[in-house]
Amino acid sequence: MNEPSQSPDRGVGEQGVMALLADLDRELIGLAPVKRRIRDVAALLLVDSARKAQGLPVAAPGLNMCFTGNPGTGKTTVAMKMASILYRLGYVRKGHLVAVTRDDLVGQYIGHTAPKTREVLKRAMGGVLFIDEAYTLVRPENERDYGQEAIEILLQAMENQREDLVVILAGYKDRMAGFFESNPGLSSRIAHHIDFPDYSGDELMQIADLMLEPMGYRFDDGARAAFAQYLQARMQQPHFANARSVRNALDRARLRHASRLFGQIAEADRDTLSTISAQDILASRVLQAAQNGVREPC
Amino acid sequence: MRVTQGAFSFLPDLTDQQIRAQVEYCLRNHWAVSVEYTDTYWEMFGMPMFDLRDAAGVMSEINACRKTYPKHYIRVNAFDSTLGWETIRLSFLVNRPADEPGFRLRRTEAEGRMQRYSIEPYATDKPAGRRY
Repeated sequence: MNEPSQSPDRGVGEQGVMALLADLDRELIGLAPVKRRIRDVAALLLVDSARKAQGLPVAAPGLNMCFTGNPGTGKTTVAMKMASILYRLGYVRKGHLVAVTRDDLVGQYIGHTAPKTREVLKRAMGGVLFIDEAYTLVRPENERDYGQEAIEILLQAMENQREDLVVILAGYKDRMAGFFESNPGLSSRIAHHIDFPDYSGDELMQIADLMLEPMGYRFDDGARAAFAQYLQARMQQPHFANARSVRNALDRARLRHASRLFGQIAEADRDTLSTISAQDILASRVLQAAQNGVREPC
Repeated sequence: MRVTQGAFSFLPDLTDQQIRAQVEYCLRNHWAVSVEYTDTYWEMFGMPMFDLRDAAGVMSEINACRKTYPKHYIRVNAFDSTLGWETIRLSFLVNRPADEPGFRLRRTEAEGRMQRYSIEPYATDKPAGRRY
C-alpha cells in the first residue's frame, strides 16, 4: 500500500507544474520577475507537499501579493491567471477570482462598510480576492473616510483566515507606495511585492502578434516594420500605457483596414480581409506627429 | 428533551467537518445559505449569503453566531431560487443549548368539562432573552 493516490495535493506533481510554467511562458510575454516569483511559489508548494509526505513540519506559506507597475503592464491579466495557477497547484480550493474595487468594499454610511467588506470576503473564500487600484481605499484628505475600516477588516481576514483566502492588491507603483506608508501593517502582511517592468519594443511586438491571432488578423511584412516604427514613436509620447496602447493601436489599425476595404468588400478575399498592411498603420497620427516633431497624446 | 427539528435531527449532532460537507453540497447546487438563531422566533443572523463558492464563508458565519449566541438553537438554511422551487431545500440545526428543558402538556378545562390540550415549552417560563 504505497501512496500513489492518497494525497490530493500532490496530484499536480513536478510534471504538472512544469507544464503549467511552460503555459505561462507562452501566454505572458516578458515579465521575467513575475514569472520568477511564480516559479518560486510553485517550487515552495511542491517542496511543502514533499515535506508533508516525509512527516516534516509544514507552515502554510503566505501568498498575499501586491502587484505594482505602470498602466498596461499586465497586472490584472496576471491576477486572473494567478487564481487558476494557485488552484492547479492545490493551494486554493475553488480557484475563482473575485475582482473588486473601492466601491465594492467601502460603504456610504456609518456601519455600512463592515458588512459590505465581509460579504466580499466571504464570496472570495476558497479563491482569490483581487483588489484593483487598492490605493483608492485610503483617502488621506478625508479623515472620516470609511476606507480605513475596510482595510482593518481586510487585515483581520488576512491574518485569521490565511488558508481560506489569498488577497492580491494592484495599483500604480508610486500611489501604492503612499498607500503602504499609511498602512504599515498591511505592507508587512503581504509576502510578495512584485513589480511589473515596462515592456521593451520587441516584447510589445510579440504582444501585438498574440493579440491579433485570436482576432483573426495578421500583419504583412510592411505592416510589421511600420508597427515597430509606430511603437518606437509611441513609446516616446506621454500617456504610453504599454500593452493597452498596443491594443488601442491595433483597434485603430483595424478601423483603417476596414475603411480601406469599404466599397470593395464584395471582391475582398479571405486574405485581404485578414491582412493588415503598412498603409493602415502609417496613416496613424502618432507617426505623423513624430515626423512633424509635434507631441500629441492619443 | 432533545428537540428534533430539520434534517439530521435524529442523528447525533453534526461535527464541523460534517456541517462543512453539507454546506459544500448546498453551494454546489447554487443554493443561498443563511444562518438563523432563535430565542422567541427564528431570527436571521446577518444576510443570506449569495454567490459563495466555498463553505469557509458560511463556517465563519456559523462560528460568529455561536460566539454571540452560545446557548441558543442555531440553524443553517439553504434556499433554492430556481423557478418552481423558490423555497428552503435544506435546513438543519448546528447548535443547541446544553440543557434542553423540554415541553409541558397543559390541560385546560373548557365548557361542559371538556378538556383542551396544549403544549408549551418550559423555556418560555423565563422572559425572552434569558430562555436558553
